[in-house]
Amino acid sequence: MRLLEIKDLQITFGGLDALSGLNFHIDKGEIVSVIGPNGAGKTTFFNAISGLVTPTDGDMFFEGESIVGLDPSTVTSLGIARTFQNVRLFPNMTILENVMVAQHCRTRQLLYGALFQTRAFKQEEREIRERAEEILGFFGHRLVGYRMDQPAFALSYANRRRLEIARAMATQPQLLLLDEPVAGMNPIETAELTALIGRLRSEWGFTIVMIEHDMKVVKDVSDRVVVLDHGVPIAQGSYDEVSNNPDVVEAYLGRPVEAR
Amino acid sequence: MSAHTISTNPVKRLISVDRFLTFIRIFLVTMIVVGFLAFIWQQIDADNPFARWRNPGARGLTGDQFKGLIVSGLSQGSMYGLIALGYSMVYGVLGFINFAHGEVFMVGAMTGFIASDKFQANGMWESNFLLCLALIIVMAIFFSTFTAVVMERVAYRPLRSSPRLIPLITSIGVSFFIQNFVLGLFGPATKSYPRLPEWLSKQRSIFTFEIAGTRLLVLAVAAVSMTALWYFVERTKTGKAMRAVAEDKEIAALMGIDVNRTIVTTFAVGGAMAGVGGILWGLMFRSVTHMTGFLPGVKAFTAAVVGGIGNLGGAMAGGISLGSAESIAPLIILEPLGVPGVSQLKDAVAFTVLVLVLLFRPSGLFGERLSSEDRA
Amino acid sequence: MSAAAALLPSSALHQDWRKVFRWGLICGGSLIALCLVGMPVELDRREIVERYLSLGYVSVLLVPICAGWVAATQIVLEGFESRKQGLYDLVTGLLVGVLGGGGLSLLMVALDSWNLRDPLVNWSPKLLRFLTYENGMGFGAGAWIITCGVLGLAGASLHVVPRVVRRVVAIVLMGLLALSVLESAVSDLSEGFRLEWLADLIYAKKGGLTLTSALVVGIVMAVVAALTDGRVKAVTNRYREMEGMERQKASIVLFAVVAVLCIVLPIFLGKIMNELLANVGIFLLLALGLNIVVGLAGLLDLGYVAFFAVGGYTTAVLTSPNSPWFAPELHFGVSLIFVVIFAAIVGLIIGAPVIRMRGDYLAIVTLGFGEIIRLLFMSDWLGPYFGGAQGITNVPGVDLGFATVKGTDPRSVFYLVLFFCVIAIYVSWRLQASRLGRAWMAIREDEQVAEAMGINTVSAKLMAFVVGAVLAAFSGAVLAAKVGSIFPTSFMILVSIIILVVVIVGGMGNIAGVLVGSVVLIGVLGGPKQPGLLQEFQNFKLLIYGILLVFMMLKRPEGLVPSARRSRELHQDEFLQDAWLKGDKLGIDDDEIETGHVEEESR
Repeated sequence: MRLLEIKDLQITFGGLDALSGLNFHIDKGEIVSVIGPNGAGKTTFFNAISGLVTPTDGDMFFEGESIVGLDPSTVTSLGIARTFQNVRLFPNMTILENVMVAQHCRTRQLLYGALFQTRAFKQEEREIRERAEEILGFFGHRLVGYRMDQPAFALSYANRRRLEIARAMATQPQLLLLDEPVAGMNPIETAELTALIGRLRSEWGFTIVMIEHDMKVVKDVSDRVVVLDHGVPIAQGSYDEVSNNPDVVEAYLGRPVEAR
Repeated sequence: MSAHTISTNPVKRLISVDRFLTFIRIFLVTMIVVGFLAFIWQQIDADNPFARWRNPGARGLTGDQFKGLIVSGLSQGSMYGLIALGYSMVYGVLGFINFAHGEVFMVGAMTGFIASDKFQANGMWESNFLLCLALIIVMAIFFSTFTAVVMERVAYRPLRSSPRLIPLITSIGVSFFIQNFVLGLFGPATKSYPRLPEWLSKQRSIFTFEIAGTRLLVLAVAAVSMTALWYFVERTKTGKAMRAVAEDKEIAALMGIDVNRTIVTTFAVGGAMAGVGGILWGLMFRSVTHMTGFLPGVKAFTAAVVGGIGNLGGAMAGGISLGSAESIAPLIILEPLGVPGVSQLKDAVAFTVLVLVLLFRPSGLFGERLSSEDRA
Repeated sequence: MSAAAALLPSSALHQDWRKVFRWGLICGGSLIALCLVGMPVELDRREIVERYLSLGYVSVLLVPICAGWVAATQIVLEGFESRKQGLYDLVTGLLVGVLGGGGLSLLMVALDSWNLRDPLVNWSPKLLRFLTYENGMGFGAGAWIITCGVLGLAGASLHVVPRVVRRVVAIVLMGLLALSVLESAVSDLSEGFRLEWLADLIYAKKGGLTLTSALVVGIVMAVVAALTDGRVKAVTNRYREMEGMERQKASIVLFAVVAVLCIVLPIFLGKIMNELLANVGIFLLLALGLNIVVGLAGLLDLGYVAFFAVGGYTTAVLTSPNSPWFAPELHFGVSLIFVVIFAAIVGLIIGAPVIRMRGDYLAIVTLGFGEIIRLLFMSDWLGPYFGGAQGITNVPGVDLGFATVKGTDPRSVFYLVLFFCVIAIYVSWRLQASRLGRAWMAIREDEQVAEAMGINTVSAKLMAFVVGAVLAAFSGAVLAAKVGSIFPTSFMILVSIIILVVVIVGGMGNIAGVLVGSVVLIGVLGGPKQPGLLQEFQNFKLLIYGILLVFMMLKRPEGLVPSARRSRELHQDEFLQDAWLKGDKLGIDDDEIETGHVEEESR
């Protein structure tokens, strides 16, 4: 079943095509990697899906419904969550609060419940908290215990990336968009996170689209790889297919001398 | 597809707030259009049914009255423009609203009063007016610049890397402080500028426009200052440095530009313009108090937003548009709609213009020029 | 100089002369400015210690102390002191003080030789008399140079003496000042408890402490301060480090004590003090509302007074028989329902257009709205409905059946406003720890990300606007009932800004902070029109509000009573440094500190 389908997506910034004619789809339960050289439009692609940028042309369907022109918050509540390339947490909120606040679109209580401390409100608060703890627990000992009450800015770089994934998980998405999840991590942390991404699918049932530069990670987890260059998809397929595609090699390394 | 910015999507779905805003927009525009049509109708026939319903005493404006409104709008607007330059420059370079800029203007007007009062006392005001004018302008420029530079050094420089709202709140405090400091020094009494000599202030007729000499002087001085500023920013090395700092402070520093000095210069130039504006204000309205800076300050900020903040030409144009709107709109839009006592609503009109511009074109009529940090 | 050189080791004379002159200049300049603004002469009327010290002299004497203290402050980088503070700093302080005194002497000479009364209203013989103690120029100049030098030295020496001494000195001085400032409150209270003799013992007839009482109280305070040194800190630390339940219990006890005080105290207070408390309450209510908008949701609303006005006018129109257009003469309680409704509607109407604007535009546009609302209430256009500049008079009090809350009985007004304040505190407290409160915090931190995490920022922000609006409108309603009439001039922009100062000085985003802020500022200095304890400050209170706002933003943006979150936000570096210094106590390991800086690009 098609979870997300994108047709002829075009995004233009001041005359420059950031993306043009992008067709893309992902089925439930897949892990797809999007790769491409810097400036290929990968993050713009994510921004378009999550509603931060509205496309100039084209259409996007999530579970058969168009999501073009929706507010980012609506997109998230439909079931698409994302992380950011340059980790953007709520730095002065505690780790627990970061994850709790992300459940906003899955919870209901407003003024009335909070002011009169209704049973429904207390119940919901408890559930939010338990769920947050459960999600944080997924990352092992790193984000739980005394750390839950620490501000997010006190975390190490790798832990911030983990917390960002936890926050995205807390919105209870079907589709998870991970923007360079292992960037800046050392090899051990990378390996660990790679395993975790696999578990995100097997244990939590997320479908994942991932932008990544680390080819080892791409190779290890993805079912399918999409290569973007200058806003145009130049290849699609399994890792092996893509990595042997001459266009892809050219996009990354340039044209071989004799062919010029 | 033509070149478009990010937010131009025709299918952006509406939520209730947007619907409400659309309603406000349509309502305001309808009111303006209806008011204007009613005005035209009452110009043609003062006793038309609409006028009988809403504005029974309507007589319509004569041509001379209308010209008078335009002239007063222009001269007042050029003063707003002079103050707005300071807002715009500081916003362009530092990215925050210097709320206290109106007080810099007030300091200029106050200096002008003290100096001209002394000149009048020793008779020089009548005998050698032009020299006095030059002197009070120089003094006002000096004290306004001084105020602006000290303000930057004491209150804003330590906050340069804080979140944007912190310097804004600080500037509110600075504004409060300067107002009340001046109140303490010079007392609460309203101070009146001496009368201009008769040869200058008499009515003149130019292109069938009856203009008081004072207003002519205001327009002339404003034009000269604006030209000087334009030359300074566009043609001199310091001006170039200023524009570079506005684009990106760090890169500018790497290119060997002294960022601190450039920022001080920005404040100084803005202060000088406000000083000139203060003198013109004093000459035109002839009264100054410690509160003189508040309303013109907020209105000048409005002018800067109307013209597109960070855009110097826009600031001047915005000032003139705001001044004109303020003087004309009450009579040609509100009065035909049957609002009594429209002259009281002048200030409300100015604020409504601000809201209108931000509702329709948040980047101003002539486009913003912001530093790269703001665009992010 | 040579005699000094013989006495002092040469190292003490290798001063950083630029720094000394800069601070000397600042000290002298501020002294002159202070005199020319007229503060000393006007405050001279208020005695602190009878016949020996007036508030006027205190205001002057504080300047060299502060200048000496600041000039001798050593910048400590990374916790490493470059050198031990000692004689060198004392000399710095002394020189700064002397330069400041020199400034005053120059002013005296100028006062004596020229008459600049014309533009400078405070350029008067009175000022000269104040400065020379009516003892001639030479004496005055000498006395001021020596006094300022000594005070500068004293200021600097605060760095050198042990912490205990610093604490004792600070407590004694502040305590005496506070005792004297609180004179009317204390005598009022002692009258209420039938302890008039106590007040008579402490205070002189003409106001101010008597010398003996000042000495006795000072010594008692010094002893207490010396004995309790370190304990207070230990108690607050223990409170801070308490875990959930225990802390809650402690908070409840604290709250109960405050509540009992609030209920019992007014019974023993006289009319003036109750009036003061009622004013404090009205502004506290406003500040609590603004705290939700600014402190929690991060929306800098400068037109907050608009909602205050809506509350006041709604009540006045609905309850007063003198309402010019529509006078249903409802009961206050019934009108309150409409107050809530109208405040919410106006909150939405003002909120909707500004909600998507950048933070600074929002500030100015709301300021515009605040001003528009006042201008409209004042105009001839709406005059027939709201009474124009004459306002609406004859607003009845609140008839509770067993009692009537009216302005003539400020105690009842205080209880009324207390009731609303408790509601406001409850609302802020509950919302802070709710789904909505977390959403507000997230929006304040990074709006775009908050939106991407599924928070509908528009409706969350509107909600903040509406809650704030309703609280402000309650305050307006109480004001209408208290004053008995409503005028447009009660709703100047000034009010918004004073409330902003209260919130910021107290501590943004923190209920206790806002409480302290309004009690201290409104109670001591007074509101825009309402006098505080120091009525002599009437003419200078706005000046002081301005200085306070700038000072707080520069030196302590988290306020007097910071919320933990806010101070973390403003002092991220220090937090990380502390964590590093404390090492594993906080459990942060080194590699985490290394990369602990937060990207600023999201601001």
